[in-house]
Amino acid sequence: MNPAFSVIFFTTASGAGYGLLAFLGAGSYFAFLPSHKTLIIVAIVVSLCLITGGLLSSTFHLGHPERAWRALSQWRTSWLSREGVCAILCYIPALVFMYASAFFDSSSPLVSFAGLACTFFALITVFTTAMIYASLRSIRAWNNRWVPVNYLLFSLTTGGLMLNAFFAWFDLSFPPLAIATIGLFTISSITKLCYWRFIDNGESATTAASAIGVAQTSQVKQTQAPHTETNYLQQEMGFQVARKHAQKLRRIALMAAFVIPAILLATMLLGNSTVSIVSSTLAVLIGGAGILVERWLFFAEARHTVGLYYGADSA
Amino acid sequence: MTALPQSTQKKLGLVIDLDICVGCQACTTSCKEWNASGYSAPLTDTQPYGEHPSGVWFNRVHSFEVTAEDGSSKTINFPKSCLHCDDAPCVTVCPTGASYKREDDGIVLVNPDTCIGCKLCSWACPYGAREYDSNEGVMKKCTLCVDKIYNQDLPAHSRVPACVSACPTGARSFGDLGDPSSAVSKLVESRGGFDLMPEQQCKPVNKYLPLRERVTPTASEPMELPNRVNNFSDALLKWVDKTLS
Repeated sequence: MNPAFSVIFFTTASGAGYGLLAFLGAGSYFAFLPSHKTLIIVAIVVSLCLITGGLLSSTFHLGHPERAWRALSQWRTSWLSREGVCAILCYIPALVFMYASAFFDSSSPLVSFAGLACTFFALITVFTTAMIYASLRSIRAWNNRWVPVNYLLFSLTTGGLMLNAFFAWFDLSFPPLAIATIGLFTISSITKLCYWRFIDNGESATTAASAIGVAQTSQVKQTQAPHTETNYLQQEMGFQVARKHAQKLRRIALMAAFVIPAILLATMLLGNSTVSIVSSTLAVLIGGAGILVERWLFFAEARHTVGLYYGADSA
Repeated sequence: MTALPQSTQKKLGLVIDLDICVGCQACTTSCKEWNASGYSAPLTDTQPYGEHPSGVWFNRVHSFEVTAEDGSSKTINFPKSCLHCDDAPCVTVCPTGASYKREDDGIVLVNPDTCIGCKLCSWACPYGAREYDSNEGVMKKCTLCVDKIYNQDLPAHSRVPACVSACPTGARSFGDLGDPSSAVSKLVESRGGFDLMPEQQCKPVNKYLPLRERVTPTASEPMELPNRVNNFSDALLKWVDKTLS
């Protein structure tokens, strides 16, 4: 699948924003984060900026961005529509949470319940994003349970990573959060490896033979393409990444998205406040870049069944 | 609403006989010709006379060489357009309701006034039946010539999709596949018509007919050649030939 930058940026940025919001909300409801008014408000504002920036970016790849509001109407059947509805609904508790955090005590029920609602809607929105991909039978690399699992985990890891940086910048030390984030990194890297194992082992049930209705045992060879030039289908669905590059990029994604940020967070635990600021900021930058590479690969490695009509051996 | 209808009164669709198709491209060009000025007009071409011509195209003919287990191979010319599926995933993924399946005849259409051009329907369709018009910013697709098949200004025999009108070999048939007594349903029944990619569970309405079994010549006794000079005129012609050469 063609990795459109607007969609990659959207899922990465809004994923991080929703992850951060989910952490803040849960932290407020379960009162496990140290209460620091300014920090909480700044973090909510940053998360909303990431979410909004991502959502705006996602409209850039539309043919008619001015009609984007219509996408809220078909939530009964369409995961894309559900995502739009959830994304907008999430602003309500997020704004209440921000207002209440500014003007009420952190132990106030308004703050904690708005926080809980934020966590709920943030996670639901990330889940709906993942289901847009996971619901497509035509793409085996997306049509599996690892996709929603990974989208949710990566959203939380990038959100947790940013929250660690906020704590460092505000000169607050809160080791449990760093340890929890390192734990999330460990789980995320395992589930990503599981995902790659899944897409490497096995093929779509749809084959070049079933695509044209001949016996499964026959060999199908394309002798003539319908056009001399590539068409929309090949440009949008026929994107291919060389296998050796994919392997290299997977290693880069794994190191940058999970391993290096986890090591940086561990050094943050051991160092003083300057070390904390430097290492947590570096962790955010490297982790974010790693997720961008991971998301690029998520598209580039996915093969669509239409490729079977254009000479692909499998889908 | 992008929910699919429970059932449709008719299931209008095509039956494509792979045994007859010679891959002449008449159906694809007449499709382009009709639809470039029809419901989905224009079918934008980019760089039509440039180095990399490309454009919106609803019907494509692929050619494959299929080699069976026994080593015998056949050429299959394979026309493909929208299959107007009963369980069309392109319709249910549409976030705006622009994609829909008509309850009365089962035709899958896109409303160009409400489509936002998100391309998700083209990702959802396993067959690659959806086209993006980058100039118009909306998705387009085969309409089964909805503006031709009901057109009362046309003579009755012309009220079939343009690809069916154009096919010089009769490889394409059009009709109601929901009616078991229709000519197309009987054709599918008698020839063992099949679905493309049945495992994708889209329940396509369009059906394909397989290549017929070829009669393999069997080794037999060598035939005795008839005596060429067996009558007077042959002998005369032979004598003339000999004399003149």
